[in-house]
Amino acid sequence: MNFDFSDEQRELQRSARGVLEKECTTAKVRRVLEGDDGFDREIWSTIAEMGFCGAAIPEEFGGLGLGYLELCVIAEELGRALAPVPFDSTVCLFAELLKLAGSDAQKALYLPRVAEGKLIGTLAQAETRGAAAGARAAVSGGKLSGTKCPVMDGGSADIAIVVAFEEQDAAPTLFLVDLSSEGVERTAVETLDPSRKHALLRFGGAPAERLGARGEAVDILGHVYDRAAVLVAFQQVGGAERALELARDYALQRVAFGRPIGSFQAIKHMLADMFVSLTIARANTYYAAWALQSDSAELPAAAAAARVSATTAFQHCSTNNIQVHGGIGFTWEFDSHLFYRRSNLLALSLGSQSQWEAKLVDRMRTRKAV
Amino acid sequence: MDFEDSPEEAAFRKEARDWIKANAPHDLRPWLERSPYTAVELPPGMDEVAAQKDWQRRKYDAGWACIAWPEAFGGRDASPAERLIWEQEEGLFRKLSTLFLINLGISGPTILTCGTDAQKEALLAPCVSGRHVWCQLFSEPASGSDLAGLRTKAERTGDGWTVNGQKIWTSFAHEADWGLLLARTDPKLAKHAGLTMFVLKMDSPGIEVRPIKTIHGHSEFNEVFFTDVFIPDDQRLGPVNGGWRVALTTLMNERLLAGATVDTGFDELLDFCQRFETENGRAIDDPRVKSQLAQWAVRASGLRYAALRAISLESKGEVPGPEHSIGKLVAGSMLQDIAKFALDLQAEAGLLVDADVALYAGRFQVMLMHSPATRILGGTDEILRNIIAERVLGLPGDIRVDKDIPFDEIASARA
Repeated sequence: MNFDFSDEQRELQRSARGVLEKECTTAKVRRVLEGDDGFDREIWSTIAEMGFCGAAIPEEFGGLGLGYLELCVIAEELGRALAPVPFDSTVCLFAELLKLAGSDAQKALYLPRVAEGKLIGTLAQAETRGAAAGARAAVSGGKLSGTKCPVMDGGSADIAIVVAFEEQDAAPTLFLVDLSSEGVERTAVETLDPSRKHALLRFGGAPAERLGARGEAVDILGHVYDRAAVLVAFQQVGGAERALELARDYALQRVAFGRPIGSFQAIKHMLADMFVSLTIARANTYYAAWALQSDSAELPAAAAAARVSATTAFQHCSTNNIQVHGGIGFTWEFDSHLFYRRSNLLALSLGSQSQWEAKLVDRMRTRKAV
Repeated sequence: MDFEDSPEEAAFRKEARDWIKANAPHDLRPWLERSPYTAVELPPGMDEVAAQKDWQRRKYDAGWACIAWPEAFGGRDASPAERLIWEQEEGLFRKLSTLFLINLGISGPTILTCGTDAQKEALLAPCVSGRHVWCQLFSEPASGSDLAGLRTKAERTGDGWTVNGQKIWTSFAHEADWGLLLARTDPKLAKHAGLTMFVLKMDSPGIEVRPIKTIHGHSEFNEVFFTDVFIPDDQRLGPVNGGWRVALTTLMNERLLAGATVDTGFDELLDFCQRFETENGRAIDDPRVKSQLAQWAVRASGLRYAALRAISLESKGEVPGPEHSIGKLVAGSMLQDIAKFALDLQAEAGLLVDADVALYAGRFQVMLMHSPATRILGGTDEILRNIIAERVLGLPGDIRVDKDIPFDEIASARA
């Protein structure tokens, strides 16, 4: 029984933090936020050179073959830095989907380039009408038609995994679609957090190659969403901790009524509650990291608990960070909104909080009934 | 990172489990399930004190009473992980040690840390075996959260001390053989500096214990009055006027004690929602119920894993800081909120308290009426938030106008 990261993993965390503090300043985050670039290519290549993109990709496919614990440590640091890079789309979703459902040929074709940071991949699932409506995109005779939106990094991705119905199937299938091929039209869409770009993808007969078995999309996505939820939860924990630190630092420095505002109990207790949310989330994400690494039967429930608590913590900390700052926290110039935006983006990008809450309870009760 | 038992840990778990299986009073299980934490309720006619003393004694004889303590004092020098394993395996039967919460969580560790060899020799064995029941004589009517403002005074007389004053909120005082007393020995010093810690026999002449009827109608707490009570000097614990430091040791233990036992009410609520039929089907199928359950589920699991994390740090030789005592802060309001939520689901039936008529044997009604205490005892929610803000986040301490002046010049002391 050992409920902590190893010394080597801690060392990885320190070096990741060191590099990101230097390379991934909030000024860089703003540049993506305010610009038209899909992401920050310098930061992305730095990350790739450090092996972060391929940390959990097996060595035979060009990765470091380290494992998920290392990837969790890296995710936390990227979340803390609000890194404006296609990590979720490429590493957490695209690569994980390939690892789980790809043929050897597909893995050999794409994974080494992901590990090198040379290929941006994404998942195109949502169709703007909310979760309940389901997908309508369809593949007939190997050609994809339909519209997907919002697609994370849809503007800069080289390749997308698209959820669509093959012929007249009742259940959807996953397809690999090269986004540079004919019949793909991309339009940038603005989201709550423009430091992570999204697009609308319109497919009009684009060539599509099946990924995984026909009709198995729901099952495959379910597994990969659990893995991605753990990795995103680490990002949320990283972001929450940084937002709390910023609030704390400001409370120590800002003077009102002749005292630092951090000496008033109203502020102290607000910060203490943020700390409690963060501690709860961190504990749940650590447990989920272990479940992910050891491929435990606990993973579905643990991932949902990590996701729910980390979403709560990041939203709590980023919201109260603005409140502690007062008026200045509501300005464009101040960094508070970067955290507020990211927390609200991440709270929705893998499915909503209420969807994950329902998953968690359903998984707990299934487990109990056994 | 590994949540599985090592082979040694698995062997230890098996030993603990086998012993519990062979020795625990399994017939009491339904009663213990119903009992709120801090107030064990056993079948009518059963002597609750005798039942708890019996369980404690059995554990002591087999070396399970205080496993983290040194072997010389009845423990087995258990590792933090083993302590956790034992806690998990003892499970529900932990409630049968309610009477000894002060013994094991406060008096024992304080004597172990601050006592003389003679005090350890005389007091520890009966403290752990449950032969003596202990109470903690700290809080006073005018000093609760502001503990260092206490007024009960101990004055030098011959080879000992004479105590006069009043304590309050004293759990188990009516059953206690011994008490751990914090008293003022020098009112000319600043309030933290003039205190001394003592141990005393609760049958000493001049002690009067009066029960306090609390909001749920039971008498868990007492007032304790001292009139010229004599304490020999060899029952002083630590140096004269060094009592605050001794008390801090104790208080840290109290907070850890309260924080390590994470009873949030969540397991009961999940179970209830899986069984309870509302007019729209099972409660657990209602999306609003799910949403609420999930929020509490992650708090309950978060506390469990945070405690494991503290234990991992301890195993590596680090001292877990105050950030690891969030258990009580989170669990206290959860118990209260969960009770209200479960009763709301029951609608008018939620009014009923009588265990024979009430739904789910009235467990949530009991929880509702007991839960306010959890948010007060051992440090109120507000004091705990101050501790997190000041000691973990490094925010300034509250302004304390009475901190550096002699105690007898503080307004409340003169009043």
